[in-house]
Amino acid sequence: METRDQRIGIGADLPAEEDRAILHVQNLETRIRTKWGEVKAVDCVSFDLKRGETLGIVGESGSGKSMTALSIMRLVPSPAARIVGGQVILNGRDLLQLTEDEMTRVRGRDVSMILQDPMQALNPVFTIGNQVGETIRIHQGLSGRPLWHKVVDVLKKVQIPAPEARAKDFPHQLSGGMRQRVVGAIGISSEPAVIIADEPTTSLDVTIQAAYLRLLREIQAEQGVAIIFITHDFGIVAKMCDRVAVMYAGRIIEMADVHTIFDRPLHEYTKALIGSVPNPDRNVGRLPQIDGQPPLLHKLPPGDAFAPRSPLGFSERDAAIRPELVEVEPSHWVQLSRCSVADFDKYAHLVAYG
Amino acid sequence: MADPRATFELQSNVPAAPGIAASADAVIQVRHLRKWYQIGTPWFGVGAKSYLKAVDDVSFDLGRGQTFGLVGESGCGKTTTLKLILQLEQLSDGCIYFEGQNVATLSPAGRRAFKRSVQAVFQDPWASLNPRMRIGDIIAEPLEIATTMGRSEIKRRVGNLLTEVGLHPYQANLYPHEFSGGQRQRIGIARALGPNPKVIALDEPVSALDVSIRAQILNLLMDLQKEHDLAYLMVSHNLATVRHMCQSMAVMYLGVVQETGNTQAIFDNPMHLYTKALMSASLPAHPDITHDEILLPGEVVSPIDPPSGDVFMTRTPLPVDPNHRWARERPPLIEKEPGHWVVDTPWSLARAQH
Repeated sequence: METRDQRIGIGADLPAEEDRAILHVQNLETRIRTKWGEVKAVDCVSFDLKRGETLGIVGESGSGKSMTALSIMRLVPSPAARIVGGQVILNGRDLLQLTEDEMTRVRGRDVSMILQDPMQALNPVFTIGNQVGETIRIHQGLSGRPLWHKVVDVLKKVQIPAPEARAKDFPHQLSGGMRQRVVGAIGISSEPAVIIADEPTTSLDVTIQAAYLRLLREIQAEQGVAIIFITHDFGIVAKMCDRVAVMYAGRIIEMADVHTIFDRPLHEYTKALIGSVPNPDRNVGRLPQIDGQPPLLHKLPPGDAFAPRSPLGFSERDAAIRPELVEVEPSHWVQLSRCSVADFDKYAHLVAYG
Repeated sequence: MADPRATFELQSNVPAAPGIAASADAVIQVRHLRKWYQIGTPWFGVGAKSYLKAVDDVSFDLGRGQTFGLVGESGCGKTTTLKLILQLEQLSDGCIYFEGQNVATLSPAGRRAFKRSVQAVFQDPWASLNPRMRIGDIIAEPLEIATTMGRSEIKRRVGNLLTEVGLHPYQANLYPHEFSGGQRQRIGIARALGPNPKVIALDEPVSALDVSIRAQILNLLMDLQKEHDLAYLMVSHNLATVRHMCQSMAVMYLGVVQETGNTQAIFDNPMHLYTKALMSASLPAHPDITHDEILLPGEVVSPIDPPSGDVFMTRTPLPVDPNHRWARERPPLIEKEPGHWVVDTPWSLARAQH
């Protein structure tokens, strides 16, 4: 019988060697200074990522999903935001303890990021070849002909037609889908262990999006890279992800493998998010909707942040309890609160306030 | 042709066109709509005229209280069609009939009535509300311009409109930045509802919103439609939303309707390869749902000087016979089953499915 302490906090028990996590995030906390005071944009976020795995981080705007990504990359907008605690362990090193110079060598080589808007991610005054080559030059020390060949190689890998010609083009000469592929090429150029993709397809058309997602899968299968997919779209989760973490108000409220999340979600917010999306394969009639608005971080309720929007009945006392993320079944984690988990009583013995 | 104003049997004056199911009660009927932008001008006989054919021969009927969906990738002309109907762009050719009357031949008073009856809700709720105006003034503006209401009457109406879209009348004194995206979209809907329109053009009304808010807005739109017998003309690239909202729809590619008719019929039995490609690219609602992906080679071609034959010719994965009739002239829409029309060429249909 394991103790409660072991169940709370991920990674307390070490997994077997072959599926040992390559990225291990524990109790990550990032705060942002605003005119209303300091808010916790990322609040006690913990998760593991295995080799070749895709983890979807899902949430609405302001849920902290992008800040989590930026915190892992140590790219939070400073000085307004700062990482105040936790660990980000990649290949056995805590990224939060590295110096800025060491971190520069990690970014792009060990962990890289694919950004949402390819027009903003690319510099309009440099050629594609120059921008793809920059990462390769810095991390692999290539220059001249070998660098050029490598750039063309990488562009070929993301299936850009006529890569030699495109490498001499400027970003505005490419279509949106091609530009996003270039951003992808920069991301994979140094064969990182982890790629963080922050809504890479939201600005793309559906057919281009489908092609891009397929390309990411192919690259993943080939290189065994682990991907963190930041998205608000459960369609992308269904198509791409092995595991899902749902974020709300800076915290992970439910985390499980993708089938569990879709078939047996426990948290009311997860249920509502999945139910409120129109189904492309059949018409479901009136959509179930989540009433209210996503919470403002400076006006968070003291306990369960989802309580004001929850359809369940609960007392004020329950709402004031700050819920814990608990492993209710093997690798199914839920933030247990009477306000937002209908089956709370079934798992109440797992928490002290139950 | 008789002057539409000369007779009371107005509906009969609207010519039939392929791709239109006989509807007795149409609010807006569009016939052979064209919008060509001239982009090349011969200079002393040097160079040739070239046209960007944004919309090329689009016809459809929008029934009272119904929703018609326009689907396609960016650049397919769906938004231009909307702008033409809203009179924000000049027609190059074709006719728009409002309740059986040709809009081009309306008297100035009739034109004003038409503009009052056709309102719009835009995609981006951040860009479509003036940040310097109070919400009350934003909603009141069309009432001041287009109606004869007095000041106190307008104030009362603004309060009622805000209640109707789920906001509070006291919020009329606030500015747009004080609202979240979903609330802003509600304000946009209230503004459109103000002059008691018969038709509201919805240009991607939920694509800029958070997933949990989308269901709220879609439900609100459907409730308002029932209550006011509104007709919606909806532009979207999200097939799930279209299936959820629209009774009939048209799939556009390069300014040309490729498949049109009853939404249910099209989703049950998509015939055109382009429709199938769009459907196969749409994201699944569950991880177990896998679509056979239909890949179209290349990306959307430029609408500048499209082929004189079938526009889909350059995108189809099937072999194209350059001597075929439809490689040289524009193929018509053919009614393949009741209320389901499609462009039928040897290379545009997915035959293996039948």
